[in-house]
Amino acid sequence: MDNNHNTVLETKNLNIYYGDFLAIKDVNFKVFRHQITAIIGPSGCGKSTLLRSFNRMNELVPSARSEGKILFNGEDIYDPSIDPVEVRRRIGMVFQKPNPFPKSIYENIAWGLKINGFRGSKSELDDLVEQALRGAALWDEVKDKLDQSGLSLSGGQQQRLCIARAIAIKPEVILMDEPASALDPIATLKIEDLMRELKENYTIVIVTHNMQEAARVSDYTAMMMLTGDEERSGTVIEFDQTNVIFTRPKDKRTEDYITGRFG
Amino acid sequence: MSTLTALKDVTFERNLSFRKLKGKIFEILAFFAILLGIAMLLTLLVDVFLDGLPWLSTRLFTEFPSRFPEKAGLRSALQGSIWLMFLTALMAIPVGVGAGIYLEEFAPQNRITRFIEINVANLAGVPSIIYGLLGLGLFVRQLGLGRTLIAGAMTMALLVLPIIIVTTREAIRAVPNSIRQAALAIGATDWEVSRDHVLVYSAPAILTGVILAMSRAIGETAPLITIGALTYIAFDPKGPFDIFTVLPIQIFNWVSLPQPAFHGLAAAGIIILLIVLLSMNALAIWLRNRLTIHW
Ligand SMILES: Nc1ncnc2c1ncn2[C@@H]1O[C@H](COP(=O)(O)OP(=O)(O)OP(=O)(O)O)[C@@H](O)[C@H]1O
Ligand SMILES: [Mg+2]
Repeated sequence: MDNNHNTVLETKNLNIYYGDFLAIKDVNFKVFRHQITAIIGPSGCGKSTLLRSFNRMNELVPSARSEGKILFNGEDIYDPSIDPVEVRRRIGMVFQKPNPFPKSIYENIAWGLKINGFRGSKSELDDLVEQALRGAALWDEVKDKLDQSGLSLSGGQQQRLCIARAIAIKPEVILMDEPASALDPIATLKIEDLMRELKENYTIVIVTHNMQEAARVSDYTAMMMLTGDEERSGTVIEFDQTNVIFTRPKDKRTEDYITGRFG
Repeated sequence: MSTLTALKDVTFERNLSFRKLKGKIFEILAFFAILLGIAMLLTLLVDVFLDGLPWLSTRLFTEFPSRFPEKAGLRSALQGSIWLMFLTALMAIPVGVGAGIYLEEFAPQNRITRFIEINVANLAGVPSIIYGLLGLGLFVRQLGLGRTLIAGAMTMALLVLPIIIVTTREAIRAVPNSIRQAALAIGATDWEVSRDHVLVYSAPAILTGVILAMSRAIGETAPLITIGALTYIAFDPKGPFDIFTVLPIQIFNWVSLPQPAFHGLAAAGIIILLIVLLSMNALAIWLRNRLTIHW
């Protein structure tokens, strides 16, 4: 495996429980800087659970509990001294269903900047909002209606607004949970193009059910599968460069899944 | 395949016209039920208006109650109602909305929280006279506040508190969780999420609930009679520690007098009370339709 890239996120023997139920078990894998890492696998194998644990969103589920470590630039984000709010500022997230605030398009971006301590002038704020919207390839479509509600946009535009909102506060990593699953093929391609551009400045982890999408955009792929005695806990069964996973997977289960012979 | 063959053995009731007839009968019954309700309301309104209209004049707003119907007015009762409303709102809104927010957004999900939640819901159903007895025992006697506006307002605040808490919680619950997650995911604290999102988006519905709670308080009579709000007040209440009367009590007092002229005055008072109540409810409905966010 190519080890030249430097590691941003790394899980060590990560277990996550919901109550007594072990949802993901003994996950060990790495996310490299300025690369797109895809997490694929059948429904219910714990992809979202794993993704949400990277920015400590999973602990918002009251019954959720974790064991093991997640290192972010070498530092354990589950260390008691670490504030989850700080983790989430540096590791952003885009959700499966677009969830813009019912505020103006402008405010959707500006709010995140303000709460994270932006104290500049109005014109500086305007610039940052524009920058974020350009970064999410949305500026041209909304520049004349920044005061309209974010909810007035189309689904694909809303999702790009959410991406703009995430990149506005300059996180190092952006987590995306099936960001295109609610979109039509054209909007999906737009989001994929966008991801390729974003990877210049950000590290991206994306969960997807769409094999072509994983093959098209990602550099690395983690294959998750249910394992264990009763096949109830998910784990990463194979992690490698995307072209390796898709052309010569080592695990038979990966091959079956990718070629559609799974289940 | 097997389910298909199984279906064949079942005999269906094919009598469609009979089924439609049953639906029709139910529809007619329901229509009469609503007609009955509206007819009774109309009769009441017409009756009140016939009795009260001749007595409706600005004198009602400027004169104190009097033994002579031509000189009697609602001045002290109106001022008492306004004072009571103001003081009740001042106490009940911050506490009620605050408790609602706490229970929905911050309280740990444990047995104590659930116990509190269930009891708040139960309190909303307690008869208002019980609050009157509590107010009499606790505020009027124990705290020595006497039969003052503040004692009345504290009693009323207790009465509307559960309503405000319950409607606040419902309003907050209507804000989708995805919005909280969106805000948390860009590094917001719980308080920032509540302040800039949850509260802002649920404010119209909370306000609606608060107005409805206040209109309940304006019409309530029993608890105030229990704590002994006086009926004959011939001065303007100057502050929270003055004795007082309110609209419904003054109306009640006039109705119980033998002279028919006072019954006309009472009807005029009812018209004013109805106008106040209906405008508050209309405002609440308007707010709800106008400002509610459609997710
Ligand atoms: N909030 C929760 N409470 C309890 N169990 C949960 C919760 N969220 C997920 N689970 C369980 O954890 C397991 C993994 O769920 P997860 O949502 O991570 O799967 P996924 O791979 O993202 O599935 P999908 O592809 O359908 O989105 C499932 O068995 C699920 O039932
Ligand atoms: Mg998922």
